[in-house]
Amino acid sequence: MRPPERLARFTPAERFAHRAVAILGLILTVSGLILYLPELSLLVARRTLVEGVHVVAGLLLPLPVFAALLSPAFRADLGALNRFVPSDWSWLRNRERRVGVLPVGKFNAGQKLAAAAFAGAGVVLFGTGIMLLLPTQLALPDGLRQGATIVHDATTLALVALLVGHAALAYRHPEARRALRTGTMDVAYAEQNYSEWARASQGRPRNEP
Amino acid sequence: MEIPPGDQPLGAPVGRRVFLGLVGLGAAAVAAGGPLSAVLSRVQAKAAAHDPTGLSGLIPGGGWRYYSVTGDFPSVEPAAYRLRVAGLVDKPLSLSLADIAARPRTTVVRDFQCVTGWRVPKVRWSGVTLASLIEAAGPLPSATAVLFRSFDGAYTESLTMKQAMRSDVLVADTLGHAAVSSEHGGPVRMVVAPMYGYKSCKWLSEIRLVPRLVPGFWEQNGYDQDGWVGTSNGRSDAPT
Repeated sequence: MRPPERLARFTPAERFAHRAVAILGLILTVSGLILYLPELSLLVARRTLVEGVHVVAGLLLPLPVFAALLSPAFRADLGALNRFVPSDWSWLRNRERRVGVLPVGKFNAGQKLAAAAFAGAGVVLFGTGIMLLLPTQLALPDGLRQGATIVHDATTLALVALLVGHAALAYRHPEARRALRTGTMDVAYAEQNYSEWARASQGRPRNEP
Repeated sequence: MEIPPGDQPLGAPVGRRVFLGLVGLGAAAVAAGGPLSAVLSRVQAKAAAHDPTGLSGLIPGGGWRYYSVTGDFPSVEPAAYRLRVAGLVDKPLSLSLADIAARPRTTVVRDFQCVTGWRVPKVRWSGVTLASLIEAAGPLPSATAVLFRSFDGAYTESLTMKQAMRSDVLVADTLGHAAVSSEHGGPVRMVVAPMYGYKSCKWLSEIRLVPRLVPGFWEQNGYDQDGWVGTSNGRSDAPT
């Protein structure tokens, strides 16, 4: 039997979750930077409107993630992102990581770390965002309000750096973008970048090292 | 496509550790907020003093933030600007920038504290006291409060007459050693030094003496009328 040329990688639920989080995240980043950077505040001004957009997008962002948790495929992806195998550490250290020598599962070690960082930053931003939104209702003392402001700002700066890296890597890997758009990935690309996953997806036995 | 059980070791839950570590770090930093904020303010001030690029402004915790409640930061031709002092007065005034500059000057140097938390240390404002303008216009006995209007068309603020007559309540045209710029509320703005920033109406166009206190823009949105720094709006900042 001829092997398929494209491997099923992401279900519609996973693609929807990624798309929704990306759109809301972009809205949050742009509106947040307008609120944060004086130069942009001066250009745009409409502070109450920008603030409203930022708050609504922030409150909505967890919804697609929770919705996707209903999907077994998404939960399996979270499990794969969570677990580090010994070869992941080699992958992080190895400059030749992209040539298919190291065994890589569905996600490489960089993607695993980035996913954890995105999730951590997301929870920190959501929590501090709620504190900034409702300081009086939550009866927060000044120290915590200041802490929430600083942590929200600093986390944003770190997250923007992470997002720039995320977008740059996506730009360099059109096949990875195609997988999130169409749900399938080219076999040759998968063999090179996700060797173990490509093997398992095609039902081939594990290569003994 | 998950890896079949037994085919490969399950591996350590590094993702969860990183995730929980970041959340814990964030929570700890929030809890350490007050002292952390003071340190960052100092770092930011030091960095800004030796930073021609302005990138130090990115450090969280320092510097001005510019708020406008309307769609833009309004500006006006300096020659066309007039400040009206009107309402319950004997002789209403209409002052040009030159008229204001020619009056006896007052300077205050105070920290500027915003009710949202940021504070700019030792800001130098110059202008004329509000009290001197009110006296020049001749307040009627029926005037008990002052209403401020902005030429942005939306913002209003108010003070009791007693608050308005304080010597640290300025009608300012100078910030530092330069004219108050548009984003700072120029050419002329209020500076109510002992109160939170929202009490200091930017883009000031009218000072109106009124029979009763009228809540301003932010007071109608739940902020305290008496916006003393440190004892209002549920905050306990050091007084300015």
